[in-house]
Amino acid sequence: MVKQYIFVFFLLVTLGIFAYTTNRIVRFFLLTKPAFPVRDFAKRFKVMFTVAFGQTRILRKPLMGPLHALVFWGFCVILLGSTEMIIDGIFGTDHVLQVLGGFYDFMIASGDIFALVIGIAIIIFLGRRLFLHVKRFEGIEMKTISHIDAKIALLLILFLMISLQGMNIAYCEIKTLNSENIAGVYPVSQLFLGLFTTTMESTLRFWYEFFWWSHILTIFVFAIYLPYSKHFHVFMSVPNVFFSRLEPLGKLPNMDNVTREVRLMMNPSMAFTSPAPDAPVERFGVKDAEDISWKNYLDSLACTECGRCTSVCPANITGKRLSPRKIIMDARARMKEKGPGLVKYGKTYDDHKSLIRDYITEEELWACTTCNACARECPISINHITLIIDMRRYLVMEEGAVPGKLKKTFSNIENNGAPWQYSPEDRLLWAKDLEIRTN
Amino acid sequence: MLERMETRKLDIPVMAELFARGEKPEYLFWVGCAGAYDNRYKKVVRAFAKILAYLDINYAILGKEESCTGDPARRAGNEMLYQMQAMRNIEIFKSYDIKKIITICPHCYNILKNEYPDLGGNYEVINYVQFLDTAIHEGKLKIDPSVFADAKVTYHDPCYLGRGNGIYEKPRSVLKKMTHHLVEMERHKSFALCCGAGGGQIFKEAEKGEKEVFMERTEEALGTGADVIATACPFCMTMLTDGLKYKGKIDQVKNLDIAEMIALSLHL
Repeated sequence: MVKQYIFVFFLLVTLGIFAYTTNRIVRFFLLTKPAFPVRDFAKRFKVMFTVAFGQTRILRKPLMGPLHALVFWGFCVILLGSTEMIIDGIFGTDHVLQVLGGFYDFMIASGDIFALVIGIAIIIFLGRRLFLHVKRFEGIEMKTISHIDAKIALLLILFLMISLQGMNIAYCEIKTLNSENIAGVYPVSQLFLGLFTTTMESTLRFWYEFFWWSHILTIFVFAIYLPYSKHFHVFMSVPNVFFSRLEPLGKLPNMDNVTREVRLMMNPSMAFTSPAPDAPVERFGVKDAEDISWKNYLDSLACTECGRCTSVCPANITGKRLSPRKIIMDARARMKEKGPGLVKYGKTYDDHKSLIRDYITEEELWACTTCNACARECPISINHITLIIDMRRYLVMEEGAVPGKLKKTFSNIENNGAPWQYSPEDRLLWAKDLEIRTN
Repeated sequence: MLERMETRKLDIPVMAELFARGEKPEYLFWVGCAGAYDNRYKKVVRAFAKILAYLDINYAILGKEESCTGDPARRAGNEMLYQMQAMRNIEIFKSYDIKKIITICPHCYNILKNEYPDLGGNYEVINYVQFLDTAIHEGKLKIDPSVFADAKVTYHDPCYLGRGNGIYEKPRSVLKKMTHHLVEMERHKSFALCCGAGGGQIFKEAEKGEKEVFMERTEEALGTGADVIATACPFCMTMLTDGLKYKGKIDQVKNLDIAEMIALSLHL
């Protein structure tokens, strides 16, 4: 009974902190702008099953891809086991889900195998971060804290797996010792029987309880820590894929407020149907945290800083300052910085800083070729380019801050309908003296 | 060996003139600014116009009435200018009751197909690579396989055909009709490296860095040992041809557009 009280206490503390964090994030989301209407649920589920659960994008890296996929699938299976532990913890039951019969055996067996597989994968991931120089993990945006964060999360996962396996082994030993029926199947743990070098039931029980509590408390710590870490990815990546843009990568979202203005310009009689002049003036493009869309913010929370985007960015590869990962990380950091003020003092809150310039320089924004390699590579369907273009839109339409040569290009398009200074009269010159074979 | 070639003058049909005669062509052939003004790319348009004539396609161009789609403006952040261009073009399409558009430039293709619908412009937009692929499948192009038979060809995916719109196989299937030696660069299809021109880059100086993107891509293309670098975009062509010049390889390695290769293989 005491065990139950203690468990419920820890569970409530975790849920409480988690609710606080969720509330904070929801309020930041409420500050964001619309992106697109969420429709086409059939398509969304399909994308979620292929890209998120099928890990199709992750598998584009032939070596680390499969390892990550195993960790992901393992997590899904082990999550079921953790649910059972929470039920057991609250109600004082023991392996309550064994009523599921054959499915339970399958679930426990795969969890037992995956605990080992994930453990090995995490050791490889850690080793790679500690001893190998992986270019993808470096860059101006990768501060010491990012590297520490990555290692903490990996260590937590490793400890989760060790405690899970320890718990399973102790459980099997106790049951074997008493010749009792083992709930579930443990192909890996069975191999390690005798690990505790004792046949004292009390000692084995101690180890079982020790690992049971270590495991569940680590899960709680993990749940509290995640939203403040790059590993928030664990929660946010599946929703991010589900809510991804379903349009071709080449398509940019339309600015409807500009459409209204252009229609007004072309047809002034429409002025009567447009909003009253005292309606608040909407800013064109993205200057700061409050201008980004909910999708940009969701992207930024889901990003795990893996750097696949930056590693394929043509600008970054050739030494320019642009790093698509940095753009996404900056959006998250800026919201973290300005969000609380915006929530407290309202939309007019100004801390004399902005996403553009204080975080992201114009130089970075103008280096993008819009090639979409970043978005294509992102394993969780983050779209970097829409955000980059939205910031260019701000620079051009609000500040007129355009590189000189592009200014010329704009005026050419405006004056003679082509990016170069040629007359429309010359548009047919290519067709002169054209001949074709007749035989 | 071909017998002596006999030729006839080819007049390019212009929409306004056809309409004045009461004719309504099936397709609008969207030439694009590079097609109209870039000296190198004009040759590609000429090649494609010959193919259209060879196939006896009922089409017309807008000629002097054509105007930039607004793509460079849009991707450089000037949404206002883009939408003004787009609405102007949509009006013109409406006045000629245009339903089907063939483009050669992938940037024009992408914006007409994906972005004009948001402003009320809905058309069946066909990229010339799709168009050529269909014509080949229907057996309408009698390609002389000897023209590029011995050439080692590598294909550079334009971002707005490839990643932008998922067209990877069709250009390759067209090229395979002409050569048996289609070799891939290390980064190809969805992994392909950009030429460095998109997003308005071709109209401005590159930001400071260690290298030009087009040099990185040219080196990769040269690494395949190809005799021909096949492209399907005017800006990729400018970039890679420049790359070949800087590398001093312009005499050994040719940068040809798929349309030019087809026209050559048809002896047009």
